[in-house]
Order: sequence, then C-alpha cells, then structure tokens
Amino acid sequence: MSTDAIALPGTGLASRPIVVRLHEWVTTVDHKRLGILYIIYALVFLLIAGIEAIVIRIQLIRPHNDFVSPQVFNRMFTMHGTTMIFFVVMPVLFGFANYLLPLMIGARDMAFPRLNAFSFWMTAFGGLLLYFSLVGANGLYGAGNAPDVGWFAYAPLTSQTFSLGHSTDFWILGILVSGFGSIGVAINIVSTVICMRCPGMTLAKMPLFAWLNFVMAGLVILAVSPLTAAQIMLLVDRYLGGHFFDTQAGGSAVMWMHFFWIFGHPEVYVLVLPAFAFVSEIVPVFSRKPIFGYSVMVGATVAIGFISMSVWAHHMFTVGMGANANTFFVLSTMAIAVPTGIKIFNWLATMWGGKIDFKTPMLFCIAFLFQFLVAGLTGVMLGTAPFNWHLGNSYFVVAHFHYVIVGGILFALFGAFYYWFPKMSGKMYNETLGKLHFWLFFIGFHLTFDFMHIPGLLGMPRRIYTYEPGRGWDTWNLIVTIGVFFQAAGILVFLGNFIWSYFRGESVGSDPWDAWTLEWSTNSPPPVYNFATIPEVKSRRPLWDLKHPDDPD
Amino acid sequence: MRLVDKFGHGIGLQIFVCVCCSAAAFADHAVPFSPTNIFAPASTAAKSIFGLSLFVLAVTGAIFVVVFTLLLYSVVKFRRQKNDDGREPPQVYGSNQVEIAWTVIPVLIVVALFMATARVIADIQKASLPANTIEVVAIGHQFWWEYRYPGRGVVTANELHVPVSDPSNPTPTLIKLLSADTDHSFWVPRLAGKTDLIPNHPNSMWIDPQETGLYLGQCAQYCGTQHAKMLLRVYVQSRDDFDRWIQQQRQPAFVKEDASQGQRVFETTACINCHTVAGTAANGRFGPDLTHLMSRDTIAAGAAKNTPESLRQWILNPDSIKPGSLMPAMQLSDQDLVALTAYLETLR
Repeated sequence: MSTDAIALPGTGLASRPIVVRLHEWVTTVDHKRLGILYIIYALVFLLIAGIEAIVIRIQLIRPHNDFVSPQVFNRMFTMHGTTMIFFVVMPVLFGFANYLLPLMIGARDMAFPRLNAFSFWMTAFGGLLLYFSLVGANGLYGAGNAPDVGWFAYAPLTSQTFSLGHSTDFWILGILVSGFGSIGVAINIVSTVICMRCPGMTLAKMPLFAWLNFVMAGLVILAVSPLTAAQIMLLVDRYLGGHFFDTQAGGSAVMWMHFFWIFGHPEVYVLVLPAFAFVSEIVPVFSRKPIFGYSVMVGATVAIGFISMSVWAHHMFTVGMGANANTFFVLSTMAIAVPTGIKIFNWLATMWGGKIDFKTPMLFCIAFLFQFLVAGLTGVMLGTAPFNWHLGNSYFVVAHFHYVIVGGILFALFGAFYYWFPKMSGKMYNETLGKLHFWLFFIGFHLTFDFMHIPGLLGMPRRIYTYEPGRGWDTWNLIVTIGVFFQAAGILVFLGNFIWSYFRGESVGSDPWDAWTLEWSTNSPPPVYNFATIPEVKSRRPLWDLKHPDDPD
Repeated sequence: MRLVDKFGHGIGLQIFVCVCCSAAAFADHAVPFSPTNIFAPASTAAKSIFGLSLFVLAVTGAIFVVVFTLLLYSVVKFRRQKNDDGREPPQVYGSNQVEIAWTVIPVLIVVALFMATARVIADIQKASLPANTIEVVAIGHQFWWEYRYPGRGVVTANELHVPVSDPSNPTPTLIKLLSADTDHSFWVPRLAGKTDLIPNHPNSMWIDPQETGLYLGQCAQYCGTQHAKMLLRVYVQSRDDFDRWIQQQRQPAFVKEDASQGQRVFETTACINCHTVAGTAANGRFGPDLTHLMSRDTIAAGAAKNTPESLRQWILNPDSIKPGSLMPAMQLSDQDLVALTAYLETLR
C-alpha cells in the first residue's frame, strides 16, 4: 500500500518487508495514516454498496421483473442504505477530517491519537460485523443472511416475532460498534479544534473547513448517542424481555421512530457539513477570491447545527402526531432552509468577480452548488407537511435524499478527492480522466435521480421489490436504471485515475493549486510530524500573506 | 459549449416541472399519466393538498430560476480568460448589506410558505365531520387489508367500498387505522395523503371522494417481505349501490348443496385457523374474511385477479403469486383442490 506516501524523506521505508509495513499501518496512531485508512475502507464499502444499488435497479427496470426474490431485494436495500450511511459516507468524511484538520490548523496530530486509532478500528469492525451476517446471521448453521428491516428498521419489524434468526442482531451490533467509533472521532475533532490550533489562529481565523467539522463533530456527539441508546434498548427487547418497542406488550413503535430520527436528521447535517467544508475551501481557491462573508458562513453553520436538532419529526408527518406537532415541525424544517440558503448565496458571491478555473475539483463543486440547490428546494416541498403526506415514503423522497447525498455530498467529496490527492500522495491526478469521471457521473446522476422524482409523484412507494404495470411508472424506472451504469462507469474511471496516478503520476510540489491554507505549506505528502516548526498565523489565509506581503489579508 | 452544458443542468428539472404543470392542467379530466397520480385529486383533502403543492412548486420554481440564473451567469461571466494576465482578481471579503438582504428575503418566503402550510394542515387534520359520516376500521396485516364497518356488521378484505360524497351534502368516510402486526401506510393518492397504521397507536383519516370509480393505491410503509403486493383498491359507489353492497355483505354465507364436499375440505384442514366464513364453523381471524369472497375482483391483496384458476394456484402454491406471503401452500390432493375451489366459488 502507500507506505512511502507517509515516509520520512530518505529513510527508505519502502524497501522494508511487507509484514513490517502492514504492521505499521495496523498499529499507527498518525492522523494522516488513519485518515487514509478511513478513506480506503470507505471506498471498499462504496463498491459493495454500489453493487447492491445496481441489483436494486436491475430488479426495478421493468414491472413484475424477477431478477431477484423479494427477500433478496429487501436485504439489498437494507444493506445499501446502512452501508452507504454508516460505512461509506461517515468514514470517508471522518477520514478527510482526520487527515486535514491538524494540517489546516498547524498541529502535529489530533488531540488524542490513540483514541483516533481506536475509533477507526471500531468503525472498521462495525462494518465487518454487519457483513458477517451473510454467513452468521442464522446462528451456528453457517447459513446466515443479511438484515432485511430497512435502514431505519422501524419497530416492531425488528422484534423477535417478525425478525427471526440473528440478521437484525448483526445490524444492531454493527451500528452500535461503529457508533462508539463515531463518538470517539467526534470527541477528538472537538478537542483538536479547541486545543491544538497554532499560535495566532483564533477561532475567527480558522479555515471554514475547521469550523464546519467542529460543528459536525458536536452534532455527532448529540445525535449518535440517542441512536446508540436505542440500539441497546432494542437488544434488551430482543434478548432480555424488554418491552420498549414491543407493541404487543404495550411498547411504542413511535418511540423508536423518534429515537431513530433524532439521530437521523442531524445525521444528514453530519454528512453535509463536511461537504460544505470541502466546497468552502475549493471554491475560493479556484475562483482566486477569499470566501465571501466568512463570519456569516460561521454563523449559518452554527445555526444549522442548532436548528437541525429540532427538525427530526418531519420524517414522521404521516405517523399521526396531530396537527399541532406537524405545524411545529413544518416551521423548524423551513427555518433551516434560511441558513442553508445563505451558504449557497455566499458561495455564489465568492465566485462572483473571480477568475474561475474549471479544474476537476471546481467542476464537482459547481455541480454540487446546482444539485444542492435543487435538493434544498425539493426539501422545502417535503417540509410542507400536507405535500409530504404524498411525497413521504414515495420515490420522490428517495430521489430527494439521493440528490442530497449523491448530488450534494458525493460530488463535493469527489471534488475533495481531486483537490487533496496531490497533497496526500505527492502526485498529480490525470486531468483528462478527472473530467471524464465528472461528465460520466454527472450524466448518470441526472439520468437516475432527476427522473426518479416522477414515479414518486405518480404514486410509487419506496421499498417495493416489484410494481404493477399500467401505473405510468415503467419508462421512468427504465431511464433511472440506465443512469446507474453511467455512474458505475464514472466510479471505475475515478478509481483507475487515482491508482494510475499514484504509481505513474507526475510529482507535485507542496502547493500545486497556489492555495492559501496551512496544509499547502508543508511537503506533499507531509512528513509524520507535519511541520518542521509550528507555524504562526496572522490571518485566515496565511499563505496569501506569504505570497502577497504587500497586500496581506 | 459551456453554455450548452449549463443548460443541460436544468433539463431534468424542467421536465419535472412540465410534468407537474401538465398534470395540473388535466387534473379534472381522465386520470393523466397514472391512476395513482397525486396531481389528479378527487376528494377535498387531496384537492387542498394539490392547491398547496402548486403554491409550493411555484415558489420553489421561482427560487430555482433566480439562483440558477445567477449561478449560470457567474460561471460563464467569471471564467478565467484565455489571455489572463495572471493577476489575482480584487479580493472582496463580504458585504453586510448584501448578507442582510439575502437573509431577510428567505425569511419572508419561509413565513409565507409556513402560513399557507399551517392552514392546510388545520383544514385537513382539524376538520369537523358531519353526523352522517361513514365509519370504517382499516386494519393492516402482513400483507393484506381488513375492513370493518362498525354498526353495519360488515367485515371484508382488500377492497374498500365507500359512498360517493356530494360536495353540497357531503357524506365523508372516516377511516380508523389500526395494525395487527407491523407498520403499514394507507395511501390512495387521488383521495388523500398517506397515514400510517401503527400497532398500539390508532390513527384516522377521512376521505370524501366526489366521483364514483375505482381508486388505486398501495401500502406505503415497508412492512416485510411482501410489502410490494399489499395493494389498495377503493371502490367509490353511488349511495344506492353502496347501500346495496352493504346489504349483500351483511348476509351470512350461502352454501349450495353440491359444494358440501369442498366445505368439508375447508372445515377439516388448516383453512379455518385463519379464515372466517360467516354462518359456518370457520371463524379464523388471521387471514381475510371469505364470506363473500366472490364479490371481490381480486385476491391476495390485489396481486391476482379473482378467477377460478388463480384461486386454485393461490391455494396450491401461494409463492407463485406472492412469494413470502403468510398463506401456506395447502398440499391438497387434486380432488380436494377442485372441491375446495368449487366451494369457494359459491361464496358470493
């Protein structure tokens, strides 16, 4: 693997036996190696969950298709959702935060390096536990199978009565274990941002990346804890005779929904704030302007953090909470559109009057802006409770949240991959392949998720393994499935580009983008200790000050 | 080229808006695009949701056009020129006036959207229903619907019958929603938004369909293996037809003499553990009531047409119609199967 990417110059680590090098990776507490481990781990699961998505879409390509059985289909969407949220997007974002935060704030490592390693391995084992269900879920027979309760696993479908065997237990344990990892990372990020900033870097001079990840980590602590509690309660129900969610013994299915979504909605912001962080770093550099309205951006981030804790029940407009509760959650949901909108305007204003360079990272960020705008607007539609009574649990909501997670978060993430790959590897990626990846994925994304809104408007509910002909859904589903293959091709180009560039790419210096934050002041890849001397900063753009001593920030 | 690419961005949404608008334009005629189109409302609640939807679509559409135009403009206008002099553009750090403007305007839009939404929520969820409201209890099962008409002594399955409601003298139907096992959701898009059926958490919703006809929908909350084939059929009938239907459903089963062989098969096998035939020994509650089976158009919650062939197939091998349904394969001899089907066909 990429041991030499992290090696001290001239120590010749690459020539050491592979066992030694592997041992170093397994026992490492270096934030950069752990960051890369998170990222590679997430990419492996991205491929697995992507294949699950392809199975789902082939099954739905036409009505009454029998590519897979209903049982397999239900397992596929459960595993796809669970994997993508808990074992792809969260880890990859933690990986970038891990790798970049200390570099950006001029620190030599995270606040708690050993906790950092512990957190990664908890997340890793969580994912393995979930997939071990495929062999172990039915107990000792060795004939297990994956969970099939859906990624939000509504009670009482998860009770012993309706979920026999151990598949649901593996789902619970996988998320429980990785949840400990997430909380560990979050504590680490909060502590690092508070305690490890270099001299001169006041909170108001931190890169927005650090601010956004700081708020994200706070949300993880608040949101993942209730989920962890709920998983333990569910285990108590299943094995110790508890009745929290056992509706046949007076338990409450609705309580599970509250527990899940008070995790689930802040979780959306846990995922999207780091995406905002990437965009807030990439857009200024490729527009050659500082971020517009830094303090407003910070304020909007903090506002999103607070408001996001009060919107969870907009996932529950159809469960019969009553008119007053519904009205409250409409208001809180719409309120969060304001700080989110402010962010979009500020990114636009950052580009306004700049000199925009359409390198691959910037292409992904511009597509992010467009797609996140659409996702936000369909979100407003879904936040309108009466409209939601139709759209909720239909294919419209599936299209909406994929617009957020793929069109928003994944596009920003691809931008981040291209932007920081030279820093992490010391090599430049291939720009032509990068653009090919962008266009393939862009076309595939729009074929799939634009057209996926329509069957939802025409009454197609989610999570159905097949559908009746004559409902007007056939053509849309065909187009949606075709788009998936463009996306898959794009992903292969993306992986191929990075593997090829890692071995054959051109070496780059420390600052290929002429950027302004501290990570670009050290070598590519950075040495283990990050900075030979701890930097001292005077503004938000320390490298700008260096390059323009006549016109400092 | 860049300009063309950027226009490409909007195509999907434009099509989406076009579909919505044309759906709106045709809403009063035959159902366009789909029998489950949410933009073809046929009852008061669905119509008021539809009105709100158009308002929300118009507002979000306008926001989209404005912001998208700004994005497109800045991408085209502020791209780095070929003959760029390499100098950095003017470094602008922000502007309080601009920030205030684009905070206040969204706040005002949110207030407007919220007020409109709150009114529709109250209109639907706090509506007071007239005294002549029909009451139905819908009970969700894995993977079928049970309907009970309290006070009318009618129990049926999968096909809900309600009277049409004349807007000048409304006879709405109040549906109380219960669940016997897992969560389900009742969604007939042309009649109302969805409401969940949750065990130990009774819900209700009301509909007042204003045109007779068959309205389709299906379970909209994942409830297990056969969630996909838990279809909804609502028959909206004239008041006379509805009253006749109620009369007919109240009768106990009428069994012809020549079907007694099949009745014996039914009553001496596992059938009666789950199914009721009123007026006979069969009083199971786990599966659909079969007293008037032949008055229904479909079996297996809409998964198959109600024909003798599909009845036979359903009894012999339910998985061939609905894999994973809780109806067991009955393992009957050919002779018993023919007799049993003949008996079921008498249950009119």
